[in-house]
Amino acid sequence: MSTDAPTPAPTPSDPGGGPQIGADEWVRRSGERTGGSKGVVGFLNRVADRTPHILLLLAFLGFACAIPFLTSNGYVIGVATDTMLYVLLAMGLNVAVGWAGMLDLGYVIFYGFAAYLFAELSSAHYGIHWATWQSVPFVIACTILLGFVLSLPSLRLSGDYFAIVMLFFLEIFNNFTANGYTWNWFGLGSPHDITGGPTGITNIDPWRFFGHALDPNNAQNYLWVASAGVFVIAILLAYVNKARTGRAWRALREDPLAANLMGMPVKWLGLLAIAVGAGVAGFAGTVNASYYQGVFPDAFTLQLLITIYAMVILGGAGSLGGVIFGAVAVNVMLEVLTTPNHARWVFYAAVLLGLVAKVRPWKVLAAVLGGLVAFGLIAHQVVEAVWARGVGGPIAMGPTSYTTHGFFATLIRQWMVLPKGTYENADYRIGNYAFVIVIAMVLTCTVLKGWKRYVLLVPTIWGAAFVWETDLVNQGPTTRYLLLGLLLIGLMATRPNGIFGQQRVEIV
Amino acid sequence: MSESQAARTPLLELRELSVSFGGLRVIDELDIQVAEHEIVSVIGPNGAGKTTLFNLITGVYRPDGGDILLDGQSLVGLAPHKITERGVARTFQTLRLFLNMTVKENVMAAQYVRTKATLIEQMLQLPRARREEREMNAFAEEKLGFFGERLMGYRWNQPAYSLSYANRRRLEIARATATRPRILLLDEPAAGMNPVETHEITELIGKLREEAGFTILLIEHDMHVVEGISDRVVALDHGVKIAEGTFEQVATDPRVVEAYLGASATVTK
Repeated sequence: MSTDAPTPAPTPSDPGGGPQIGADEWVRRSGERTGGSKGVVGFLNRVADRTPHILLLLAFLGFACAIPFLTSNGYVIGVATDTMLYVLLAMGLNVAVGWAGMLDLGYVIFYGFAAYLFAELSSAHYGIHWATWQSVPFVIACTILLGFVLSLPSLRLSGDYFAIVMLFFLEIFNNFTANGYTWNWFGLGSPHDITGGPTGITNIDPWRFFGHALDPNNAQNYLWVASAGVFVIAILLAYVNKARTGRAWRALREDPLAANLMGMPVKWLGLLAIAVGAGVAGFAGTVNASYYQGVFPDAFTLQLLITIYAMVILGGAGSLGGVIFGAVAVNVMLEVLTTPNHARWVFYAAVLLGLVAKVRPWKVLAAVLGGLVAFGLIAHQVVEAVWARGVGGPIAMGPTSYTTHGFFATLIRQWMVLPKGTYENADYRIGNYAFVIVIAMVLTCTVLKGWKRYVLLVPTIWGAAFVWETDLVNQGPTTRYLLLGLLLIGLMATRPNGIFGQQRVEIV
Repeated sequence: MSESQAARTPLLELRELSVSFGGLRVIDELDIQVAEHEIVSVIGPNGAGKTTLFNLITGVYRPDGGDILLDGQSLVGLAPHKITERGVARTFQTLRLFLNMTVKENVMAAQYVRTKATLIEQMLQLPRARREEREMNAFAEEKLGFFGERLMGYRWNQPAYSLSYANRRRLEIARATATRPRILLLDEPAAGMNPVETHEITELIGKLREEAGFTILLIEHDMHVVEGISDRVVALDHGVKIAEGTFEQVATDPRVVEAYLGASATVTK
C-alpha cells in the first residue's frame, strides 16, 4: 500500500472546539434544530420538558379541582366535569391509537358498555343496587374483558380492515342500545327489556363512599371523582409507557414485523393495548352514568368517537400530556362556540390570526386587511343606496336574542350587509347561496397565484363573514364541528403531529 | 476444525427445506448445517432465495416441506417471537429499525422477550419491574458499547432516524444481540457501506463470534467480507445449493461462476 494514499480516519477526532468532520456533529445537534425553539409552542414545549411532569399534572388537576371554589356557576362546573371525562377518554384512546398504533374505531363501545352495565347494576331497572366499591371494579373488569373480545379480529386483520370491523361493532352496539328493549334472545325467548331502548335507563344511583352519596346535582362531586381518576390513571399509564410494555407498543407502531422478529408478541400486545384503553373508558363510563343519572343510546355514537379522536390528534397522539391538553382545548372550544356571541369572537379572531400568520410580507398583509375593511364599508354603502332593507337586519347575540346596538354590533353592521328578517323568519336562503359561492371562491383562491390570490382573498373573507353572520352563527351544533374541522385542517397543515406530538419520521 | 465441528450436533440444521410462492419454487430441498461457534456465509445472485431462507428460519414464512432444527428442536410452525425466544435473531437487508424511538430504546425493546414483569407490576412500579428495567438499561449500554464509540454517549437518547446509515446497520446488530440469541442471522450487513466501514464490519462480525460467542449465518454480496471471516460458504441459485465448502472451493466452482456470470462466459483476470 502506498503511503500517500488518503485514508479516512474512523477514529473520533480530538475534543477540540468547532464542528468536526466524521464526528457526526450535525447529528449531535439535531435536537437543537428540531426541538421547536420557535414560537409559543416551542416555549411551552421547553417549559414542559424542564418541569417534572408530575408537577404539571398536579397543577392542572389542582386548578380543575379548585374551579368549584372560584365560581358558583353550575354551568362552568358542569363543563369542567365533562372536560375531565373527555380527558379520561382521550388518555384511554391514546393507549391504542397513540402508542400501539391500533386504529381502534370501536372505542366508544367501551365507554357506553361501562355506562350501561353500571346503570343495570345501580338502578331500579333490574332492582339491583350494588355498592360503588363493588360495581365500579366489576364494570371496569368486564369492560377490559370486552376489550379483549372485540379486538380479537386484530389477530387476522390489520390496519384499515381491523378499523372497519371495529366501526361495525360500534354500529351494532348503537343498534342494540336503541332497540334492546324488545330483545327476544334471537327468537328463543320472550321479548325482554335490557337497555331501556330510546329512553335509556334513568334514576341511576349516585356514587357512594362510606355511606356518603355524591349528589349528581352538585357537579363538583363528580368533577373531583373524575379528577382523582385522571391523576391515578395518568400515573399508571405514564409508568407503563416507559416500561417494557410501553416500549413494545411503540415498537409495534413503528414496525410490526420487525417488532415480532425481535421477540415481541405483537398480536397479544395489540389486544392488550385495546383492553387497557377499554379499562380507562370503563372507568369514565361509570362516572358518566352516575353524573348524568342516566344512560341514553344517542350518547355513545360516531360523533363522540370523532370528537375524542380530534382531541387525541390535536393534542398529539402518543403524548400523554398532549392528549390531556387536546381534550381540554377541544371541549372548552366546543362549549365556547355554543353561544353565538362567543363563537363570533372565535371566528373573527381565527380569521385575523390566520391572516397575520400566513400573509407575508407585512405590506401585503396591510393591503389585505385595509382592503377587507374598505370592501365591507363600500359594500354596505352600495347596498344601502340601492336597497335599504338589505342592511336593516340585526346581529345575533344568542339563540333568540338580536341586537342593533352595542359597540361590536354597530361595527359589524356598518361593515356587513345584513338583510332585514334573516334571523327573525329563520330564512337562511341568502346564507346558503352565499355559502356555495364562498366555497367556489375559496377553491379559486387555491388555484390562483401571486397578487391575484390576494385580490380575491378580500371578497372571499368578507363573503365568509357574510355566511357566518347570516347563517352559521346561530346554528351552534353545525358550526362548532365545522370550525373544529377547519381548525384540525389548519393544524395538520402546520403541525402534522399535533400540538405536543413528537415530530415523527416515517422513512429516511 | 471442520471435522471436529461436524462430529457435534449442529446448532442449526435445515433438512430438505422447500417453499414455493405460487408455482415458483424459491427454496428447493435445501440442506444446510451450522455448527456451534461457526460462521457460515450464504452467497448467490439476486433472487437466489437467500433472504427467503432467512424468512423461513425466523418464521415469517412457513415452509412447504422439510424441517428447521435449532439444537435438535423443530422451529417450523412457531410464531416469529417464539423463534426469537428459542435463540434466533436477525437483521434486515432493508433496515427495519424503530426509527422514532431512541437508540437505547431500540435495544431495550428487543429485551422484551427476556423480561417478565406483568402489566400490573409495571403500572405500580413493583420491585421486579424496577429491577428488570435497571438490568435492561445496563444490558443495552453494554450491547451498544460493543461498537466502541460509535453508539455511545449522546447518541443513546437520540431518535434512531438521526443516525447515519452505517450506524443504523450497527444499531440493528446491537438490537439483534439484545434478544440474547444463540445464532445471529445477518442479512447483508455490509450493504451500502464504504470500504473502511466494510472492513470495520468484517472485524466486528469476527468479534461477535470470538468475544460474544455467537454462531453466525451470514448473507453477503461483498466477497471481501465473505472471504475474510467465513468458516464455510454455501452458494445458492434458484433455491438450490450449488456449492459448499471453503471460500476458495466455492469461488472457483464452475457452477458458481456460471450462476453469477452465465454459462458461456469465460472468466478473465
